[in-house]
Amino acid sequence: MAGVARTLKRRRIVNAVMLAVFVGAAVLAVLPLIFIFLHLLKLGIGSLSWDFFTKMPKPVGEAGGGLANAISGTLILIGLASAVGLPIGVGAGLFLAEQKGSKLANGVRFLSDVLNGLPSIVMGIFAWQFLVRPVGHFSALAGGAALGAMMIPMVARTTEEMVGIVPVALGEAALALGYPRWRTSLAIVLRTASAGIVTGALVAIARIAGETAPLLFTAFGNQFWSLSLRQPIAALPLQIFSYAISPYDSWHSLAWAGALVLIALIFIISLIARVATRSRFSTGGGD
Amino acid sequence: MATERAVAADDVSLVSATPVADSPAPRMRVDSLDAWFGSVHAVKGVNMHVRDRRVTAIIGPSGCGKSTFLRCLNRMHETVPTARVEGEVELDGRDIYARGVNAIAVRRHIGMVFQRPTPFPTMSIRDNVAAGLRALESGRPSRTKIDEVVERALVRAALWDEVKDRLSTSATGLSGGQQQRLCIARALATDPTVLLLDEPTASLDPISAQAVEELVYELRSDMTIVIVTHNMQQAARVSDSTAFFLHGELVEMDETNRIFTTPADERTEAYITGRFG
Repeated sequence: MAGVARTLKRRRIVNAVMLAVFVGAAVLAVLPLIFIFLHLLKLGIGSLSWDFFTKMPKPVGEAGGGLANAISGTLILIGLASAVGLPIGVGAGLFLAEQKGSKLANGVRFLSDVLNGLPSIVMGIFAWQFLVRPVGHFSALAGGAALGAMMIPMVARTTEEMVGIVPVALGEAALALGYPRWRTSLAIVLRTASAGIVTGALVAIARIAGETAPLLFTAFGNQFWSLSLRQPIAALPLQIFSYAISPYDSWHSLAWAGALVLIALIFIISLIARVATRSRFSTGGGD
Repeated sequence: MATERAVAADDVSLVSATPVADSPAPRMRVDSLDAWFGSVHAVKGVNMHVRDRRVTAIIGPSGCGKSTFLRCLNRMHETVPTARVEGEVELDGRDIYARGVNAIAVRRHIGMVFQRPTPFPTMSIRDNVAAGLRALESGRPSRTKIDEVVERALVRAALWDEVKDRLSTSATGLSGGQQQRLCIARALATDPTVLLLDEPTASLDPISAQAVEELVYELRSDMTIVIVTHNMQQAARVSDSTAFFLHGELVEMDETNRIFTTPADERTEAYITGRFG
């Protein structure tokens, strides 16, 4: 009896210790985000105003000014990147899921994982080589393409996973109704997986929205208002970078505010992703 | 139990009302059919006549090839990678495996319902039933036409009264038995001549299973039905003919009451009396 009590006590202690360790790890995991956010709030909120969103940057020494060009530039770059990354990513993911096990699919999956791990600066150099150098100048298009290429493997793998959890029986039911295979894939399988794919796409967008390295020699940045896709374009991460390394205090605080806006943007996109997965006709119903 | 006996009694009266002598011509004719999964020979040299406006049950132990055989009847077998089929399957005298015959067109004439209910989760009840119509190449039918077809299919599947007030809600909100009847309605909407049922009640509770069984029994008046089942009582209750499969071969096929009372082959008898399987 005493032995049983001792083992039980030992187990309780081990349990308590391990629980504390893991809770600690979990807290540590989110602590940096909380810390960063609070810090940004403290330093950046002061520079946030209506002007920040609507005005252009002012030369050094002049008070005020905003980052309207960088905000619009980032939104344009996100749009371009999505136009490149989403269709190719979803298409590749669908291929990976439907041809699971084939040699080509295994190869594509492996390369896509490699691409996912590729340093983003390499993606930038690549885009510069093929989209900037031949044209002779930096452009929003090159920046969007570089970011889009980064999205492809992320979107492809999420799509593959989401399509993978759609029951095979659902596709079979569509085929048995006389759906051609392409239509089964699009109208039934992809649509059933769509909530999950939308989430994956938004997560990928949130990831690339803050990328700086691929834009350094593609989109390049722009001190002026420009919406042209063929011209260099400003972007929040680039603007934060150039303001942060500048020697001026007023630019530093604008950089803090820019970082705050960027993190808020990513936060909003992630929130939308959460809400999108909670739609009425979502995956996982049924049984 | 009482209802089971009632259905069985009904069965007997119906069988006697339509004697074997004037049994209708075969709707489907299967001639030396072989099917493989990779190197596994799942169906071996099966010959069978499937009679019109009758329920044909296929019984046999797990892994005997009965589901594979069923999936050869509407060319679903070939949708699985490494699957292969040889032999002939005729529907109204035309070989569905002949060169130039489109598998998609075949599946529109030969509907199928699976073991687990498979409502499309992104679609409402109405859209689920109309799903087959939308896939038709002849263009999208009008809204009123769709509503008409949906209602008729749901009435035939004995589901109309339960869902008529919630047609635009998600199909996943239905119970398992309702979902299965919805799948039957969906298969009926394109007006197939033959309906294949692959263990349609295997995942349902007894009450829902009984509803599906009764429905199958009703439907035989205007279509040809082939049902694969694990449940021998079910085969006895709903079918007119029964085929017994073992190790991929068709051991014996006859009138259902003969199979269950005086089977010709001793393996059939052994299976039916529960000595194996």
